[in-house]
Formats: sequence, C-alpha cells, structure tokens
Amino acid sequence: MPQSRGTRVRARATDTTKADSERLLRFYRQMMKIRLFEEQVNQLYLSAKMPGLAHLYIGQEAVAVGICEALKPDDYITSTHRGHGHCIAKGAAVDRMFAELLGKADGYCRGKGGSMHIADQDTGNLGANAIVGGSAGIATGAAMSAKMRKSGQVAVCFFGEGALGQGLLYETMNMASLWKLPVIYVCENNLYNEYTHYTETTAGKVDARPEAFGIEAETIDGQDVVLVHETALRMVEQARRGDGPSFLLCNTYRYHGHHVGDVDRAYYRPKKEEEEWRTQRDPIQLLTEQLETNKIADDNALATIEGELRGEIEAAVQFALAAPYPDASEVDKHVYA
Amino acid sequence: MRRDLRVFIIGEDVAEAGTPFKVLSGLVRQFGPERVIDSPISEAGIAGIGVGAAMTGMRPVVDIMFGDFVTLIMDQVVNQAAKIHYMSGGKLKVPLVIRTTLGATRRSAAQHSQSLHAWFSHIPGLKVAVPSTPYDAKGLLKSAIRDDNPVIIFEDKLMYQLKGPVPDDDYTIPFGVADIKRAGTDITMVATSSMVQVALAAAGMLEKEGISAEVVDVRTTAPLDKETIVESAKKTSRAIVIDEGYERYGVTAEIAAVIAEGAFYNLDAPVKRMGAMDVPVPFSPALEDLTVPTPESVAEAAKKLCGKP
Ligand SMILES: Cc1ncc(C[n+]2csc(CCOP(=O)(O)OP(=O)(O)O)c2C)c(N)n1
Repeated sequence: MPQSRGTRVRARATDTTKADSERLLRFYRQMMKIRLFEEQVNQLYLSAKMPGLAHLYIGQEAVAVGICEALKPDDYITSTHRGHGHCIAKGAAVDRMFAELLGKADGYCRGKGGSMHIADQDTGNLGANAIVGGSAGIATGAAMSAKMRKSGQVAVCFFGEGALGQGLLYETMNMASLWKLPVIYVCENNLYNEYTHYTETTAGKVDARPEAFGIEAETIDGQDVVLVHETALRMVEQARRGDGPSFLLCNTYRYHGHHVGDVDRAYYRPKKEEEEWRTQRDPIQLLTEQLETNKIADDNALATIEGELRGEIEAAVQFALAAPYPDASEVDKHVYA
Repeated sequence: MRRDLRVFIIGEDVAEAGTPFKVLSGLVRQFGPERVIDSPISEAGIAGIGVGAAMTGMRPVVDIMFGDFVTLIMDQVVNQAAKIHYMSGGKLKVPLVIRTTLGATRRSAAQHSQSLHAWFSHIPGLKVAVPSTPYDAKGLLKSAIRDDNPVIIFEDKLMYQLKGPVPDDDYTIPFGVADIKRAGTDITMVATSSMVQVALAAAGMLEKEGISAEVVDVRTTAPLDKETIVESAKKTSRAIVIDEGYERYGVTAEIAAVIAEGAFYNLDAPVKRMGAMDVPVPFSPALEDLTVPTPESVAEAAKKLCGKP
C-alpha cells in the first residue's frame, strides 16, 4: 500500500460538536448511498438488464464525498468514466441515474449518454467523460468562466492517475496557475490504469508535476473521508479567495474490476491486495469506527440509515426498470442547440 | 514480428492484458516486453514516438484502443507522418502502422462508437485499410507492416467475434484491390469493414426475393480500387454504397461520386448512400440501433432501387 503524507490514525476519539456529528453522519449516508448504488449497478449488469458496461466506484467513496461535501451546490465538478460516485456526492437523484444507465427516457441525459456521460447542470455536474483526461480542459475552463463572471464558484476536476499520461492536463494546469484560476485537480490514484499498475506508466513523483507549475500539491489517504474533507475545505477556500489552483492526490483503491465485466483479475493484481484494502482500508468501515468510538452513532442507528438507503435504491431501480425508452424521434434531437 | 525484428507494437494494455478486446493475448509471451510495449495513456505521445521510430529504422505498430481516440493523435499522423516523405523530397520514410477500431451497436455511447476512417482517407500520404473478415485482416495487416508509408488499419470491434478461415502461411493482400465477396447481376453493393457483413446478409435476403446482389468489399479506402467498383456498377446498373462512418462528407459520398463519374451512362437509378446517421452515437439501445444500416434497411433500399418495393 502506498505511504501517504498526513495519514490519520484510525478512529481516534475526539471532542465532537453536534455540527461535527451531523457532518460525519452525512458523510456516512452519502458514502453508503454510493456503495449501495454501485452494488445494484453490478446486479443490473449480471442480470443482463443494463446495456453495455459500467465502471464501479466502490472502495473510493471517501474521495467523492469528502470533496463534494466541501463544495456549494453551484460549484462545478467534472468527472470520469468511473463517475457514479462523483455524481451522487454532488447531489444527483439515484432514480434518474439508474434510468440513464438503462438508456431510458427519464434518465439525466434522456438515455443518450449512459453510464459514462451523466451530467446534471442543477447540481453543478458538468459531466462524466469517457475520454481519459478529457475533462481537464472543461474544469479549467469552468474555473476561468467563474473568475471572469466573478461568480465566486470553484471547479473540481476529478481524474484517475491514468490521466497523468495526457498532455492536456499539463497545458491546462500551466494556465490555471498562470491565471490563478479557482480549480482543484483531484487525482484518485487507485493504483491501476485499466489492467496496468500505475508504476509501470508513471515516471518520477506525481506531486512534483503540479509543483513544477507552482501549484501546491498534497498527497493524502483517500480512504479517510474526514482528512479528504478537511484538505478539500482548505483548497476550496484558497480557490475562492482568488489564490489559485491546487492539486490533491488521494491514494485509494477500486474493489471491483476496471469495469463490471472484469472479473478475472489475478493476472494483473493479487487477490491478497484486494483483500487487504477491503478489510483494512475500507472507507466506510473506517468512518463507522470513528462514529462508534465517538459515540455519535451505534450499530443500530447506522443500520437504520442503511435500511433507508436500501429502500431508496430499490425504489429507484424499480422506477428505472419501469421507465420507457426514448421515442425514436429523439434520435436526431439535440445534435445542435 | 517473427520475420522482421524491426517490428514492435506499442499501446495501452497491449502486453499482459492483450488489449481490452483480448486480440493480442499471448503476444507478449512470445515476443517479450521489449517488442510488445505497454504504454501510459498517452495517445499523442505513442503516435509521435511511432513516427520518430519509423523514420529511423524501426517498423512500429501503434495500437489506439478505440477509434474515437484518434482525435488525440491527429497532429502526429496528419501533419507529421503523412507529410514527411513528401516534404523531405522523398528522402525520409515513415513506415508506421496505426491499428485502431471502429463500429457502433456495442452500447458504448458517443465517445467509444465512432467510425472515423474517412478522416484519414482524406489526407494524401496516408493509406487506410478496413478489413471485413479474419482472412482479410491478416493479409492487410501484413501488407500494412511491410508498406513504407504510414497506414491506419481500422478493425471492426464486432468483427472480433467473427470466425473465419485464416491460413497459417505468410500471405499478404495488396492495397487498392477490392474483393468481390459475392457475385451478382442486379445491383452492386459497395461496402466497407463492418458493413460488408451487413451487405452480405442483405444480399441473402434479396436472393429470396429474386434479386441478385453483388457485394464489393473495397478493403482499403485509400488507395481505392475505383476500377472494380465502376465495372461492377456498369454491369449491374444499380449501386448502393454502405459504410459505418457518418454519411455527410464521408466514404459513401466519395464512392458514390466515383460511381457517378465512371458509370453514369450505365446506371438505371441514382446511386444510394447508406452511412451512420449524422448524430453522436446515442447510448440507449432504442436509439443506437436506428443510427446504423442493418441488413433489413439495406435490403429495403435495394428493392426500391430495383423497382420492387
Ligand atoms: C484517451 C483515452 N485513452 C484510453 C481510454 C481507455 N481507458 C478507459 S479507462 C482507462 C484507464 C483509466 O485509468 P485511470 O485514469 O487511472 O482511472 P481508473 O479507471 O483507474 O478509475 C483507459 C485506458 C480512454 N477512455 N480514453
């Protein structure tokens, strides 16, 4: 497992205020919602009810939630092919997400986008992206626009460590630094670009890259939602103040395959490694320990939350399954605005 | 690769994973990681490295996973690879192969479903191959690797499921030579890549209705075997051109123009074009299936041209 600067010790007892407690419970709820959503996505794939493939976010929940909870509703995010977690964390409704995944007319994109292209303007989500690194320009441009419009908004660009291979990222980071744009580059290092370990594709030190452009970079444990959140708050504050971009490298792990169909993984990553992350570094488990140690919630209370979420997810799936497909006349609509 | 040590392949997940489509499985075990190279997700970079290596004595094959990602390599291919031989007055050569994919209906949405071979076919200095069968894929790929020019070879993703005879021996298929995949007398169907199979299926349906369709597989869009296409159209006096790229300004437009110029006085009906609908490929199956020619839609168009609705 990668060593991170600023790794927190597990479940330390701290004085917590009521506001803190509510915040932690909200993190729990959001992370659990993502996990249950993704488990359903996998089920829909396995039961051949979902067309195409999807890339599950399970294991990485603390990153999306820790960061999006530091944002205002009208702040922007851009997302990736592994985008369901970002989308939920920014406030999207799961029923319309499922509908999109099934290609239904009630989906966020009327069934035209699917898993890799969900966008939701109402929650500031400028879209998932099926081109690795493809959203670096969009996020940086949104930050430039926010600055020009003096709107006070910030933009967060989520991307996997695979996107470090794309030149666009470096062109845009350079400009973001030059022009002090309110953008935060969040690199989720889940160790693998598809089926290749990132150390085989990534030279030198990752955080030295933004630093070369004068962008402050931090490397943290992406399984610790509180740490992610606190770091994000600082970076968001800096961006809003007009003090320019920052770069956050979160060390994390995806539990499932690169996509739902990637089930035989032993040739590229050891079972033992998967086991270790699942049992020792699970972000929801780590937060649960913290909630319980600090007596914010007990097993029962957490089970109640989980039960509520299960109900919500189940209803959302039923909604999506029952929703109609788009009418054939939709096919050539929206090509031009 | 056995025959020529200068040949190597570079791309994302080409080695251990054998590409996401598993078409290169086992290659790294046979030739080692020095010749089957996993790259970072840096399409522009690997294309550029391919150009430089090709200019200096190697014969690289650059693997671009999805044809949609060719957008990222355009400068290296169009401004560099395509022009270097000419600009250097014939001194420098770029024996580079780019392998990539095309084709929709895999529910992969707008950024993983396009067929962009027309873009390269437009550029002097580039050659473009669009095989439609396993046999042709091998013969055309070998020709591409042995060619002294930059060649882009588009493989239909659905064709990876297709089975067909492929001899073990070292055969090649020359560029610029179309193949009549099925002989017929009433109508000519000129098709590329994925659409050859669609045309063949349509021809089977038409046979039952008493229409004899000839299917011409162009095999390479650049160079294009105009002669075979025109001769077939002259013979049958009717033609449909079918291609999975966008219809407007596309491969179908070029081939239709070739037929119009070469066979105009022999035609009994205007040339019909069938390409992908001019929309970003939608995700929903209910919409995606409407955007590409199918055996049914091709057969119907053929019947109309033959005056048998
Ligand atoms: C430009 C581009 N190249 C290649 C791909 C194919 N591809 C999809 S996801 C992926 C790996 C991405 O790895 P990373 O950015 O680390 O994200 P992760 O999947 O690990 O979340 C690749 C190579 C793509 N979608 N876009």
